[in-house]
Amino acid sequence: MSDSDEATAIQLIIDGTEVTGHAGQTILEIADSAGIYIPRLCWLENLTPFGACRVCVVRVNGRIHSACTLPATNGMVVENDTEELRGFRKNLIDMLFAEGNHFCMFCERSGACELQALAYRFGITAPTYPALFPHREIDATHPDILIDRNRCVLCARCIRASKESDGKGVFGFAGRGIQKHLIVSAEGGLAETNIDASDAAISACPTGTLLRKRTGFAVPVGERPFDRTPIGTEVESTTGPTPPHASTPTSTPAPAGKE
Amino acid sequence: MAKPKVATTSLCGCFGCHMSLLDIDERILELVDLVEFDRSPINDIKSIEHPVDIGLVEGGCANEDNVRVLQEFRRQCKVLVSVGDCATNGGLPSLRNLVPLEECLREAYLDGPTVHNDSGRIPDDEEIPLLLSRVKPCHEIVEVDYHLPGCPPSADAFWAAITALLEGHAPELPYLLCKYD
Repeated sequence: MSDSDEATAIQLIIDGTEVTGHAGQTILEIADSAGIYIPRLCWLENLTPFGACRVCVVRVNGRIHSACTLPATNGMVVENDTEELRGFRKNLIDMLFAEGNHFCMFCERSGACELQALAYRFGITAPTYPALFPHREIDATHPDILIDRNRCVLCARCIRASKESDGKGVFGFAGRGIQKHLIVSAEGGLAETNIDASDAAISACPTGTLLRKRTGFAVPVGERPFDRTPIGTEVESTTGPTPPHASTPTSTPAPAGKE
Repeated sequence: MAKPKVATTSLCGCFGCHMSLLDIDERILELVDLVEFDRSPINDIKSIEHPVDIGLVEGGCANEDNVRVLQEFRRQCKVLVSVGDCATNGGLPSLRNLVPLEECLREAYLDGPTVHNDSGRIPDDEEIPLLLSRVKPCHEIVEVDYHLPGCPPSADAFWAAITALLEGHAPELPYLLCKYD
């Protein structure tokens, strides 16, 4: 993308609101700057968009895309906060919970976890799908950092942050489909890599998969990032008092069960 | 008009949710004015003989007795609410789902480093309910009408849910009361 392209102003419509950005920006970036929150999990500012989680799914000119990877073009009509898309996203979050081992009640990241925060925002009171209880490896070899793959959602934020922000490449993926898992760049585990406890890769983790040891539970319940404020509020508050969807009460209908 | 009846039960849980219910503090005086308690660990009534309006179930299903109690409870409750993470998603007891049941029992009764079991047997008296191969949330066994997540749900969450149901509408949890920890 050349400089002149980036300077080209474009207009698009998101949920009926006309917003402006410039060529080269993604739909998600333009929405953010306009104070419209598109839910996301694998996206992290300053990292190359990855499009892994699909939580930012939107309808553009009638077709489904991930808002974090699709470059915006002039005249696009984007649907974001619709019942259909909220349903897709809620379902994705539900499946992420079922696919891993997410025990919020003892997780150090509870209250600051983006997966949990999304579930709160979408009003999920109980899982829809039977949990798979997969076997996942823990890596506690490093003196200052823990990897608990039970909580990994394969967002690749650590992989990208290690490469792009830390200039290292400590993390990667191995396996495919349901076998896909996080690996590190040394056979003997994380302790044998060149990772440092201050690396951006660790902070990049949205869940409790990458943790700095001896820092857990430092913030009391009630004061953690998502205890009182729904995820996305920071985006929505950039341009004013758009009420967040999650501020409406959450009804607690049960998922389909069996008698 | 007779007061609505509320029943509660605890399956594979730790009674923390019942403790949290008691944390409504002085509102419990208001509650006893509003409802009549049927079967509940709080009043030690152990069986549910007649239909009740609201049933609160704490804990998931880890053994066949939990399943039997839950099914009986469901039959008598017009509205059934899963209360707490164990009931809604299996909770801490479902950690054992990560290990095959036989391995769990061997570790607990035969191979564990602190085990003294001269019989060398895994307890198998017929009085002991058989364990399910996996701990399950209640809605995987019976139909559940509403869920109250939390470990435990806060007293305010209990209060919000119970009062909503008594007023005849679905419990709605504001953001501050829908938590998983």
